[in-house]
Amino acid sequence: MPSAIVVRDLQKFYDGVPALHGISFEVAEGEVFGLLGPNGAGKTTTVEILEGYRQRDGGDATVLGHDPGRSPRALRERIGVVLQQSDLSPNLTVRETHLMFAGYYARPRDVDEVVELVGLGEKRDARVKTLSGGQKRRLDLGVALVGDPDLVFLDEPTTGFDPAARRSAWEMILSLRSLGKTILLTTHYLDEAQRLADRVAVIRAGQIVGLGTPSELIGEAGKTEIRYREGDRQVVMETEDPTRALHELTSAALAAGRELDHLEVRRPTLEDVYLELVGDEEEDRAG
Amino acid sequence: MKLLLHQLGYEQRVFWRSREAAVFIFVFPLLLYALLGSVYSDKIDGRPAEDVLLAGLIGYGAANTAFAGLAIILVGRRESGVLKRLRATPLPPAAYIVAVLLSTLVIFALQTVALVALGRLAFGASVPENPLGLMGAVVLGVACFAGLGVGAAALIRSAEGVSAVVNVIVLPMAFLSGSFGPTRDFPAFLQAIADVLPLTYYLDLVNGVYLAGDSLFADLSALAIVLGWGAAGLLVALRYFGWMPRER
Repeated sequence: MPSAIVVRDLQKFYDGVPALHGISFEVAEGEVFGLLGPNGAGKTTTVEILEGYRQRDGGDATVLGHDPGRSPRALRERIGVVLQQSDLSPNLTVRETHLMFAGYYARPRDVDEVVELVGLGEKRDARVKTLSGGQKRRLDLGVALVGDPDLVFLDEPTTGFDPAARRSAWEMILSLRSLGKTILLTTHYLDEAQRLADRVAVIRAGQIVGLGTPSELIGEAGKTEIRYREGDRQVVMETEDPTRALHELTSAALAAGRELDHLEVRRPTLEDVYLELVGDEEEDRAG
Repeated sequence: MKLLLHQLGYEQRVFWRSREAAVFIFVFPLLLYALLGSVYSDKIDGRPAEDVLLAGLIGYGAANTAFAGLAIILVGRRESGVLKRLRATPLPPAAYIVAVLLSTLVIFALQTVALVALGRLAFGASVPENPLGLMGAVVLGVACFAGLGVGAAALIRSAEGVSAVVNVIVLPMAFLSGSFGPTRDFPAFLQAIADVLPLTYYLDLVNGVYLAGDSLFADLSALAIVLGWGAAGLLVALRYFGWMPRER
């Protein structure tokens, strides 16, 4: 499958301090790719270089066959951007806002269709200032989709959402994938990445420390955890061969006539993998 | 061109629907004219007060609309991410800027018409002696003060502070330049300050076309000073204006 995004040895410095230490990854067409990492790891810097907002200081980047550093109009015709924080004119209506943005594109989608798609059909004639926070985020998405982009950038699309709003945002993002859009998603929510992304890159301090499908990442970490209580002592064993370990453990206990209190067998989640990958940094922050 | 008109249409819609902007930018000079016109009834520098004040408030309107108004709009849009979002669309930046400037011109032209109408109806002010020259002066006012407005927008960092900063500039400038009444009796040091302000020269030009029926090109040095200020503002903007919020 051809690549929508190719990044090779991408570097960025702020006032001489490296923010990206030469990261590389590719995003295939039609793929949902998640950039995962703690705040300040370099996610937004990476995305802003690919969106054409910032110039890279080293390495190569190609987005839909274009150099994002030049941000040519032909590229801007084909991308949709949902920013973390960006207002829209409070006094235009939902439909007018879509129409205004549709006018910038050579081949926009039907505006009413987009308004329906993002679930704002009933609010089409409401002024933007009367929308709730969740509705405003849907408007952001609608405005990003109105140019019928091939590639959509979503920068922390559900930060600050309540659980119900997150779930409906996820469904909307999954429906974008079913339309064949390529999506580059940044997030610091593990469940979000696990749920939405075909592949994930974990960034820490400007470097990619893990790259693959969520299950590959989990597989690499690979250790299954077995826990039980022995008297008032908590026993935790990690094993790469859980069947054998469990069998040995339970036969020994049966033979001795003991009960394994609170026996638990746990596969690592993406969260465990993530914490392992970025752990030091999170601890730095906590300290 | 089609994009330009598209954007101009939405700029106008956004402006007139925002009550704060419409009142502060469009109505305020009219209000001041109504107040000052009621206070001064005699002659100012040998001319009817209503005529001198009308020219003065057209000048104040140019500074208020194109300088203060534009700076407030641009800084607000930059800091709230509106400009950043636009930058990722195919809309060419030049088309956007020109549409915003044309929108400012439309607002100031309508304001000038409203000021003249108010003067005629309420105070019996004269009609402009050189209407074509007045139209030219309206365009010139936007060219000068919008240049300064984008320059100021490039230098002002915060959306909270922009209103205060531009008003601290515009109101004293209008006062010193004679927008609100005669400056003849001002102390010398204030007149010396007025002598470098663009509004002083802009008012000379408006007075010339409005009251004396002069050509806009009658006083070339005043014209050059006004355009020079606008160009200086534009140069600052070209050097320092950015589309991204200044959060870093």
